[in-house]
Amino acid sequence: MNLLGAASQLLEILVALALAPLLTGWVDQCRAWLQNKSAPGLLQPYRLLHKLFHKESVLAEHASQLFRSAPYIVFGCMTLACAIIPTLSTDLPLSPAADAIALVGLFALARVFISLAAMDVGTAFGSLGARREMLIGFLAEPALLMVLFSASLISGSTSLTTIVDTLAHRELAIYPSLAFAGVAFVFVSLAENARIPVDNPSTHLELTMIHEALILEYSARHLALLEWAASLKLFAYSCIGLALFCPWGVAQANAPLALLLALPVLVLKLAVGGALLALFESVSAKMRIFRVPEFVATAFMLAVIGLLVRILLGV
Amino acid sequence: MNRLLDPSHWVHLDWVLAAVVCWLLVGVAGVFALRRFALVARVLFPVGGLIAIGLFAVALRAVFDVPEVAVLPLGLPTLPFHLRLDALSAFFLMVIAAASAGVSAFAAGYFRRGEGTPPGLLCLEYHVFLASMVLVVLADDAYAFMVMWETMALSSFFLVIANHRIPEIRRAGYLYLLIAHIGAIAILLCFGVLQANTGDYTFANMRAQQLTPFWSSVAFLLALLGFGAKAGLLPLHIWLPEAHPAAPSPVSALMSGVMLKTAIYGMLRVSFDLLPVQLWWWGVLLLALGLASALFGVVFSAVQVDMKRLLAYSSIENIGLVFAAMGLSVLFYAYGMKPVAALAMTAALYHVASHAFFKSLLFVGTGSVLHATGQRSLGKLGGLIRFMPWTAWLTLVGVLACAGLPPLGGFVSEWLLLQSFLFTPGLPNAFLNMLIPVVAALIALVAALSGYAMVKFFGVIFLGQPREEKLSEAHDAGAWERIGMLWLAAGCLLLGLMPGQFIQLIDPVTQQLLSAGIGSTVAAQGWLLVPLSIDRASYGPVIFLLGVTVSFALTFVLVRKLYHGRVRRAAPWDCGFPWQSARMQDTAEGFGQPIRQIFEPFFRMERHLPSPFDRAPIYRVEVGDHFWHWFYLPVAALVERISRLIGRLQQGRIAVYLMYSFVTLIAVLVAVTQ
Repeated sequence: MNLLGAASQLLEILVALALAPLLTGWVDQCRAWLQNKSAPGLLQPYRLLHKLFHKESVLAEHASQLFRSAPYIVFGCMTLACAIIPTLSTDLPLSPAADAIALVGLFALARVFISLAAMDVGTAFGSLGARREMLIGFLAEPALLMVLFSASLISGSTSLTTIVDTLAHRELAIYPSLAFAGVAFVFVSLAENARIPVDNPSTHLELTMIHEALILEYSARHLALLEWAASLKLFAYSCIGLALFCPWGVAQANAPLALLLALPVLVLKLAVGGALLALFESVSAKMRIFRVPEFVATAFMLAVIGLLVRILLGV
Repeated sequence: MNRLLDPSHWVHLDWVLAAVVCWLLVGVAGVFALRRFALVARVLFPVGGLIAIGLFAVALRAVFDVPEVAVLPLGLPTLPFHLRLDALSAFFLMVIAAASAGVSAFAAGYFRRGEGTPPGLLCLEYHVFLASMVLVVLADDAYAFMVMWETMALSSFFLVIANHRIPEIRRAGYLYLLIAHIGAIAILLCFGVLQANTGDYTFANMRAQQLTPFWSSVAFLLALLGFGAKAGLLPLHIWLPEAHPAAPSPVSALMSGVMLKTAIYGMLRVSFDLLPVQLWWWGVLLLALGLASALFGVVFSAVQVDMKRLLAYSSIENIGLVFAAMGLSVLFYAYGMKPVAALAMTAALYHVASHAFFKSLLFVGTGSVLHATGQRSLGKLGGLIRFMPWTAWLTLVGVLACAGLPPLGGFVSEWLLLQSFLFTPGLPNAFLNMLIPVVAALIALVAALSGYAMVKFFGVIFLGQPREEKLSEAHDAGAWERIGMLWLAAGCLLLGLMPGQFIQLIDPVTQQLLSAGIGSTVAAQGWLLVPLSIDRASYGPVIFLLGVTVSFALTFVLVRKLYHGRVRRAAPWDCGFPWQSARMQDTAEGFGQPIRQIFEPFFRMERHLPSPFDRAPIYRVEVGDHFWHWFYLPVAALVERISRLIGRLQQGRIAVYLMYSFVTLIAVLVAVTQ
């Protein structure tokens, strides 16, 4: 492990932790502008986190240890996910510990814990949310895996750093299989990050809520950690998207200058991506909860078609 | 003879046989202490567990050693028992011993007075069951194999019907015995084909025969039928969700976690060791059947409302995954792609081991819940994490492993299996190439769905509010039960965290069967699991776990340092709705509802919906199995019709019977004189 590698690893984790709420704030702001509303400040998510951390946590009387530790576990999972996705550099010492499959497993671990925690208090909304989250998860998880497999087949590796290295530094080629994978990935990320058309992040107390139903019983620092973890998840998904479909600008090993340049490039890419997400959310309508499995299953099918195209036609 | 008297000269096989004899002695001791409950539970079962640990240690060494053979002068005069301990048997011995050690410790605390069969007799059946499983994997001729296979089936049958006063349990036992025997007939016929008319039923002779591809395929298909029936492969799965839940929980654990593995062993022994060739379509058949069983099992397990049935269906799923991995291995081997075949085989064997641990753990966990509450139905449980913290947290380990989540054992085998798909874009058959991504997608889907089923299992039993009043009196598992569960949970954890070390134990097996292995590549990387090369794929479960825990701890400390750790307890919020009760939680049926809706064609559903004017509304939904109605019931009806036709021969009058004898005599005389 060299010093620069360790530095870029640390930088990546810190950047992810710091930028994730900003990304959420930016998407909210863009959406407010697009809908002709006056937007809250860009730093609103930070203020929210700060406020929540200060408050006293109110727990349900019979909440178990599982309920109290779940936010920390989910937060830990999301931090690790952001650490292994190459956003700034492909020289990451933690990256060999978890490849693309383990990354999907990491998201699944977080999902299982948040669902179990939601069932712990035993309220009507909590268990409903857990059921819905697992319902979306069991289709979105294999779809995400298939998307990552399409890229793995191109680079001959499931290691995320190798995938980014291959895609970014090979001569420019267009892969039709990645086009299918790209559409599937957009669907999956919308579903997984509780965005319109699957879930509405800006409302609370809707009968069709998913993410809000899961965290309904949480307050104060636990809620803050979960909200932060949700931002980290959005950040992680955006970074996976950038790594697979727009990998240019990520530094390689032993390139300190490129590492310095990588940060502004990343911010730029995320800003554009966030604005696109806000645009997409503004122009689409939320769908009925029973249509959601079809939506995610479509993504799954598209991802499998992408994989088939890659294996059969080699493109 | 002198060698046998001096234990310092014993080879591994002698020690294994000594363990078997000790188990049988423990069982016989149980018969003499038939109703002395304390002796049986607190002494005999723990001793059985200690013997299992000893057996595990012997098998651990035997994996790396040269094969040992022995001939026991038991049985018929000209048919002695041939035994052989090679890497494949040693690996399965290890799985049997390690899992049964935990289950025996649990059983010491589990069996209670006044439940059907007296404890001493249970002790005998239990230890005969264990001994017969060990001898099945040691057998080196068809005769010994069949005798042990039948002993295993019969001893487990008697264990299943331990509570034989309940009609459903007797029915489940009958179904189990029936299908076990259909399977045994197929295995017997398979050995008949394998010996190729030489009349010599030793495995050594079978290995020497050069069967034509036709007869090889016949033998393979018979083996698939026979061992598939034992493993619960589609469509012979029907007994499994009946028999496994009917048995007492430690026995369910042994049957699901360990006995199913003997079927895997038999399949591996026949198709890779005894048969001279491997054809590619065998692999496709195994893959297709395995995947069908896996998907079927997981979908059904997600809609069950009985906790032990849920686990039994999940066993069908896991065995299906093992068969799929085996099929992949056959497929690659038939095309000469040995390293990938070894990777798939490693995945299969890894899953065998991790399933043995997590399924045993989950079954014994349900045993503790059953004892504490007397309830098997998920609809009447809930909130037990507060009254049974030990059981809950240890079961959670099994749940996470079963859901295939990192960093536990179940994830490693799924990871290896998916890797073996990714490294094979070059099969020389376009149709098979097309199959590969579809199969990979299905495996990913099954893995994700098992997460759904497991969240339901854990969430409904242990989380939320108690759905019945008396649940708040539930007591936690006792000391012996805890020891058993701790052992099994430690196994799940170690299998998850030390894949590199564990694959070294699988390597001799793949070397023996495929003359290839991934052990040396894996060993070079230490704590990182690298099946082929580091830039292709790697997984480091220890770093993974450290990453999550360090981040957990840092966050915890930082939040407390920078802010505070104050907590206030209050009534649940639930959007400010004040009249909450335990009945407003999601039920087990409710949790399975989306699966019922999405996979509707899989089920045969009978719904009863209440009308708005009912005074006492009842909602009832029953989920049935198409196979039962489309396959088993017609076959049973046909058999009944044929037997009724034959029954007409039986007139009950002596004159008619005399006439039968007379006609037969005439017919025989005519045939002889011709």
